[in-house]
Amino acid sequence: MPNMRSDKNPMPEQCPNVRNKNFLEVTTGYTEEMAVDEAKRCLNCKTRPCMQGCPVSVKIPEFIAYIAEGEFEKAYQKIKETNALPAVCGRVCPQEKQCESKCVRGIKQESVGIGRLERFVADWHMKNVEDKIEVPEPNGKKVAVVGSGPSGLTVAGDLAKRGYKVTVFEAFHTAGGVLMYGIPEFRLPKDIVQKEIDNLRAMGVDIQTDVIIGKTIMVDELLDEMGYDAVYIGSGAGLPSFMGLEGESLNGVYSANEFLTRINLMKGYKFPEYDTPVYVGKNVAVLGGGNVAMDAARSAKRLGAENVYIVYRRGKEELPARAEEVHHAEEEGIIFKLLQNPTKFIGNEDGWVTQMEVIHMELGEPDASGRRRPVPVEGSEEVLDIDTVVVAIGQTPNPLIRKTTKGLDTNSHGCIIADEETGKTSKEHVYAGGDVVTGAATVILAMGAGKAAAEAIDKELNA
Amino acid sequence: MAYKIVKKKVLNPQIFLMEVEAPLIAKKAEPGQFIILRIDEYGERVPFTIADFDREKGTVTIIVQIVGKTTKDLAEVEEGAALLDFAGPLGMPTPLEGLKKVAVIGGGLGTAIAYPQAKKLHSLGADVTVITGFRNKDLIILEDELKAVSNKLIVATDDGSNGNQGFVTDMLKKEIESGERYDEVIAIGPLVMMKFVCKLTEQYDIPTTVSMNPVMIDGTGMCGGCRVTVGGETKFACVDGPDFDGHKIDWDSAMKRGRMFADYEKRSCEEGHCRIGRTNKEDQKYA
Repeated sequence: MPNMRSDKNPMPEQCPNVRNKNFLEVTTGYTEEMAVDEAKRCLNCKTRPCMQGCPVSVKIPEFIAYIAEGEFEKAYQKIKETNALPAVCGRVCPQEKQCESKCVRGIKQESVGIGRLERFVADWHMKNVEDKIEVPEPNGKKVAVVGSGPSGLTVAGDLAKRGYKVTVFEAFHTAGGVLMYGIPEFRLPKDIVQKEIDNLRAMGVDIQTDVIIGKTIMVDELLDEMGYDAVYIGSGAGLPSFMGLEGESLNGVYSANEFLTRINLMKGYKFPEYDTPVYVGKNVAVLGGGNVAMDAARSAKRLGAENVYIVYRRGKEELPARAEEVHHAEEEGIIFKLLQNPTKFIGNEDGWVTQMEVIHMELGEPDASGRRRPVPVEGSEEVLDIDTVVVAIGQTPNPLIRKTTKGLDTNSHGCIIADEETGKTSKEHVYAGGDVVTGAATVILAMGAGKAAAEAIDKELNA
Repeated sequence: MAYKIVKKKVLNPQIFLMEVEAPLIAKKAEPGQFIILRIDEYGERVPFTIADFDREKGTVTIIVQIVGKTTKDLAEVEEGAALLDFAGPLGMPTPLEGLKKVAVIGGGLGTAIAYPQAKKLHSLGADVTVITGFRNKDLIILEDELKAVSNKLIVATDDGSNGNQGFVTDMLKKEIESGERYDEVIAIGPLVMMKFVCKLTEQYDIPTTVSMNPVMIDGTGMCGGCRVTVGGETKFACVDGPDFDGHKIDWDSAMKRGRMFADYEKRSCEEGHCRIGRTNKEDQKYA
């Protein structure tokens, strides 16, 4: 008999007023008892609707059945069959829009906590089982991977397992891409990412940091001079968008990339032990409503800001962030200024931002994305006292590669055009996937694209 | 990764040179481009303009002025030791082809950055006048090197201690007034110096290129910290520059942005991570 409890086992977490002052992980994870109890809520539906919601088709009912039996390692191995980074996905996937949105239990009550269970088994494995890394027999072929984010790491892992000699090139000094520079420690501990990267290295993947493809080495050199049989581009969407408003160059106005990179990658939250400073004032406005905006707002709070505002031009329903992040942000005291849009930044003589003017919005007819278009309400301007602004309205792909690679077609947004099934681009032997193709999206979609491309690269090179 | 310092030389009490093993960068480097380095796990990522490069030896030279925490710490790293990170070449090379008569201006440390431009122009057959300025004669650097790559070298000091008192702008003005006709002026140095060179050349309608060196993290267009307002548009110094049309720069905004982290720099120097007596190896152990 399944456990008919109507809601998910709650996730143990640090108390909001404690955690909003530290960078330790917010949620502490299920105990074995909680996991077994939660797993028993799964009805093990024959049609497996949950799997259809998963971009990498994790065999969800099967791994959950193992948890219910207390076979945690078997559950882990079941997830690993299709997902290379369960500890990451269990933490950062938007489950409520994916697997959990299809869960039959979720129709009338709360869905099974699939994400929480995935995280539980990944953490259990990391704590209790020593990974035995097998170095596969080399097949004599070489593949270059550009970028060491979720998509690049997936391609590298999948191809290394099949005997390819894989070299990953990373522009930063640390591998991991957005998992390292973007997502904060309190949401995704860096040790977890590092462990996955260490495992790849142990499998024989060569990760070269400080190499900027498009500057240090060109894509054509990889293919023509360095003997790589194929190149996978997973360089992400790293170019920050600004709003083009008056006063955007004032001091105290950051892109979310700069703000979060200072904190996460450069460990600015440990200044002056670490040399990189991060300025945070008393009143911080974060512009945007996605996960990046939530990360920036919650980081600002942790760094001592008194009032942190999320300023978003649509309503709460439309916030693109994961539901859990919005909930956590609210609990931590982040103030949501919804249906408001900045119109200009006002500064003092020294060039520091001191105020921001916003205009109130109302929702009109649905736009091309299907969401109701926000329309400014005339005469509703209001001035807010702020001393720090973080612009988190999105990122687009970095142009360095497209500007230096002939024959690589891109669209009007600067995204590389690649086949959805295979990642094949317009350039021979060059594949691409993740945010550089889709524009800023999710970790799991990038991993799914990497998985498909690895398959296609293997097919091409073994034909 | 580790990048070995094959040569270190003190040029004056505040300025030193470091030649670093970085073959991939040396292969691609061009005048006007820069690198980003990190001393160790605790270090900041700081950009330095490429002062010279040797494609055969596989080395890149940077010239550093001690101004804050990182540069002070860098001065402690000795020849034979290694830097943890050294990435590049970043930014766009200065377009130098086709120029016939050029005045290259270097103020203080900017002289080091002006050197590769003068060298390349000279090798392309251009008539090169180099004007450099220092506070006093003890701070003069690269005099012999610049003499070798210029048709005329003018070294000025603020206090006149080398026998030629004045600012670089005074020297440039004198040259222009004496009838010299430059296709272009390339000015590299402190923001205030570049600003005044541009004000001067604007009067004579001489195209002027300046090299901006704002705070940045990645150097690849990712952080947007290096925003510069050029002709009313926001540009990123790291990927659109670092060279820009000096007559279009919003100098006021650039100078204010330059001070954004000034208080933190002071704090970092006073209570920051202390590297004295430590090696990179030890740092990595704690990382």
